[in-house]
Amino acid sequence: MAILQGDFTRRLAQNKMAMGGLVVVATLFVVAFLANQLSPYSPDLINTSQVLAPPSSAHLMGTDVLGRDVLSRIIHGSRVSLSVGFVAVGISTLIGMLLGALAGYYGGIVERVVMRFVDIMLCFPSFFLILAVIAFIGPSIWNIMVVIGVTSWMGVTRLVRAEFLSLRERDFVQAAISQGAGDLRIIFIHILPNAMAPVLVAATLGVAAAVLVESSLSFLGIGVQPPDPSWGNMLTEGKDNIEIAWWLSLFPGLAILVTVLGYNLLGEGIRDSLDPRLRR
Amino acid sequence: MARYLLKRILLMIPILFGITIISFGVMKIAPGDPISLYTDLNPNMNAETINRMKAHYGLDQPVYVQYWKWLRNMLVLDFGTSFAPDSRPVIDKILERIPITLLINLLSLILEVVVAIPIGIMSAVKQNSLLDKGTTLFVFIGFAIPTFWLALLLMMLLGIQLDWLPISGLHSLNYGDMSFFERILDTARHLILPVFVSAFGGLAGLSRYMRSNMLEVVRQDYVTTARAKGLDERTVIFKHALRNALLPVITILGLSVPGLIGGSVIFETIYAIPGMGQLFYQSVMMRDYPTIMGILVIGAVLTLFGNLLADLMYSVADPRIRVAD
Repeated sequence: MAILQGDFTRRLAQNKMAMGGLVVVATLFVVAFLANQLSPYSPDLINTSQVLAPPSSAHLMGTDVLGRDVLSRIIHGSRVSLSVGFVAVGISTLIGMLLGALAGYYGGIVERVVMRFVDIMLCFPSFFLILAVIAFIGPSIWNIMVVIGVTSWMGVTRLVRAEFLSLRERDFVQAAISQGAGDLRIIFIHILPNAMAPVLVAATLGVAAAVLVESSLSFLGIGVQPPDPSWGNMLTEGKDNIEIAWWLSLFPGLAILVTVLGYNLLGEGIRDSLDPRLRR
Repeated sequence: MARYLLKRILLMIPILFGITIISFGVMKIAPGDPISLYTDLNPNMNAETINRMKAHYGLDQPVYVQYWKWLRNMLVLDFGTSFAPDSRPVIDKILERIPITLLINLLSLILEVVVAIPIGIMSAVKQNSLLDKGTTLFVFIGFAIPTFWLALLLMMLLGIQLDWLPISGLHSLNYGDMSFFERILDTARHLILPVFVSAFGGLAGLSRYMRSNMLEVVRQDYVTTARAKGLDERTVIFKHALRNALLPVITILGLSVPGLIGGSVIFETIYAIPGMGQLFYQSVMMRDYPTIMGILVIGAVLTLFGNLLADLMYSVADPRIRVAD
């Protein structure tokens, strides 16, 4: 892709915070893929003799109300968070790119309708909308992915439209038009690949946001349902035992914090590396 | 000015329609219909009774007729009766909770502005200093921290370990015995944690935004001119640069309104504050559909009015907007 050329990779590599974010993101991938190998115990292993045990050498992060090892559950919880993040962002990016391309390329009434739709969707507090839809269609990991995706495409749409508005007038597009290229071809083969830069930034930051939303939903009990481990629903247990088991409230939250921080740093780093005004 | 206001209000009408259409669509997403609670697996039901029930609730009519009826009711603020055991009109339940949520949101906004703007200015003025790096770190953590986790941690630390602040409800148990001033103090103490948690994320974002705005403004020619004229740095920053940097902040404040309203679900539930967010959460848990829809629509309309207010303030602050139309 065009953005990988030029000085983008060099600038990104020099940005220390972005590199830190990249390390976190990569580590999370490894942890999620190798969850079964890395967990000291099975996340579902109930051990009634070790209920609510504080961190020890046997259980590095303690155990929960059913004696399950917290560390193993956190490792497996990363799978949930990452899959929700990626699927939701995939959906929202797809919708956003499509609508943004249509609005930016065709202009006129198409653009007005699409942008009005964006304005309307932005009026809804997204958390309310997500909660309402989940209330109607029931909580399951698949539903959450789709609902988060369907409520976060607005930012991408605006970005893609803005890119299209400027790219549309460029010479290479005019050349393609004069050669008789059809609309679809121009949109998907010529303009869209060059509009990917802000989309990449938005997607990275979007994963962080999706992880936060999923954990909030799971915390409230309408996300991933127990006994499946999710960092959010582990914190629900933590809240119920807040006076006697601090580790149950600390470690899952820390996991969320580190994940979101990693993706945010990476996303911001990509954005800074792509910004022509920051060139030295 | 009046013309601008009129134009903006007229533009709002299609958006209001859109809000109602989407809300109605959400309602219709539910598999089955509202009466399936009674009809499914019920041996006393036969086809004729089901049809009569459907006719009674208007469910046998085409979708757009149902929508129109719902819209007409909504325009007179009739959102139906709650499915909850108290069966009260939905609008009553919502109206008694709005003031508290609005109060907390307003206090959050004020807190955000009062803290974030000076931080943003100072980071911009002393760019790359220790202060700047420190606040940048704080901002990133503020973005990444889950609100409910922060609420939990603060609850654990300040409420339980140190016992400094109350952790639930709006009033203490002996509220009735308190004098007027004691009551105000008591409510204020109960509001500290919710307002802080509500403002925290927005605060981080706002200070960063303020910083990047100030950095941009300070590079402008008129600031260099002001310095060349011999004005002291204080005047340059606070009188000339600041005004122009503040303008987009108003828009950002307007845009953060839906985030505040939506976020109220979490901290109101954790801190047991009887506001709109808590009502929404309870309605979702017990599938109280009329209340869910009512809050959804009202939440969206409040956001719309918040944006309108922000636009108005922006046009008051920036004369270029008024003249351009």
